[in-house]
Amino acid sequence: MSGIPIRVELPAHLRTLARIRGHEVALDVHATPTIATVLDALEAAYPMLCGTVRDQVTRERRAFLRFFACQQDISLDSPDAPLPDAVANGSEPLIILGAVAGG
Amino acid sequence: MTANGSRVRLLIGTRKGAFILTADASRKKWEIAGPHFPGWEIYHLKGSPADPNLIYASQSSSWFGQIMQRSEDGGKTWTPAGNKFVYDGVPGTHQWYDGTPHPWEFKRVWHIEPSLTHPDHVYAGVEDAALFHSTDGGQNWDEISGLRTHTTGSAWQPGAGGMCLHTILVDPTDPKRIVIAISAAGAFRTDDGGATWKPINRGLISKHLPDPTAEVGHCVHHIAAHPLRPGTLFMQKHWDVMRSDDAGDNWHEVSGNLPTDFGFVIDVHAHEPETLYVIPIKSDSEHFVPDGKLRVFRSRTGGNDWEPLTQGLPQSDCYVNVLRDAMAVDRLDACGIYFGTSGGQVYASADAGDSWKAIVRDLPPVLSVEVQTLT
Repeated sequence: MSGIPIRVELPAHLRTLARIRGHEVALDVHATPTIATVLDALEAAYPMLCGTVRDQVTRERRAFLRFFACQQDISLDSPDAPLPDAVANGSEPLIILGAVAGG
Repeated sequence: MTANGSRVRLLIGTRKGAFILTADASRKKWEIAGPHFPGWEIYHLKGSPADPNLIYASQSSSWFGQIMQRSEDGGKTWTPAGNKFVYDGVPGTHQWYDGTPHPWEFKRVWHIEPSLTHPDHVYAGVEDAALFHSTDGGQNWDEISGLRTHTTGSAWQPGAGGMCLHTILVDPTDPKRIVIAISAAGAFRTDDGGATWKPINRGLISKHLPDPTAEVGHCVHHIAAHPLRPGTLFMQKHWDVMRSDDAGDNWHEVSGNLPTDFGFVIDVHAHEPETLYVIPIKSDSEHFVPDGKLRVFRSRTGGNDWEPLTQGLPQSDCYVNVLRDAMAVDRLDACGIYFGTSGGQVYASADAGDSWKAIVRDLPPVLSVEVQTLT
């Protein structure tokens, strides 16, 4: 259990959908911070985001989104792997990023 | 419906947001609000006939998936509704483009059809083709799985735009009778509220099929019906404009003298059940109007005899398309006709098609047009 809010940076369209001001949200994650537990906390706090980052049934990451932390692409890591210490202690955000597209 | 005090509200879905256009009954001066949901694809918006200020919208994105939105104030403000669309049971497979089995995968909501009588009851037609229903204002969605699990379901194939359920017609005299259409499976009807379905494609001829008269596999683009004659259906198929007078049991071609019978939209005049509108498109590989001329064709005889309507529409160097859900008619005495183009223009006629005016010219590509006639 972290006890420290986990910072999550969201794409602009999801911030608009969830009416979030600023680039980040701070989430209380009542479990070891992992991609899965952080997304659980995100969806609990903002139910309108259910299905927008991961599939509601398979819980797989949507294909055009990536997860970054501490300058690393952790999209292909296990969703149950502990996030880096810098994310767990709140000094770095977990970044959810939309793939660049549009030519 | 008399004009005194009436207003019309157009609900426009585009590739990059929704727009709401309003006017009084003269339909001369329009106010344009939007974009709502900027940057998102809005496949369809539709208001509840039972509560016109209640509007449902399908908002989707390749990045973020499907969102359903709901407005209770005529589209001024919106609240996300439920977006969990899960196929009933083990979905199984349909056929992919190459004929191999492909798992059923939910992609997006193409068409929303609110109940005629219950504001919180609403159908959703989705890709991969299935029909969903909500009885709580869109918070929860359940599949009406008797359609997808029809014995022919495993043989359905997508059209070029995906395997979408795009047309939902609920019989105003018998809500248990529903006609739907799927590209490229064809048309289906239930007479028992969705428990059982039957293909209604007899009379359709599709030369791209090994058996051109097959029971399923036809690329139906849109179906329309007049509310007072729910048993008479008009269809714009991939190629061919078709008519049925027995709720789809049998079809015959009414393309008549159209310059091309390929197209997407078809609609019926609000007060004249035998007056139809189509917009011919050059071909299945050239999705624009023929000869650089944007022409609506009207038949006052239920098909076969068609007249071009051109006044106010561009008659040179025009190469737009008009998609299947992008035409609507209002219910004022002088019936208004509306359509939106791939070029972002929305055209309106306040005189049943005799003359037209672009009421907005530079929206993103238009995916859908609906109109509400408000008193």
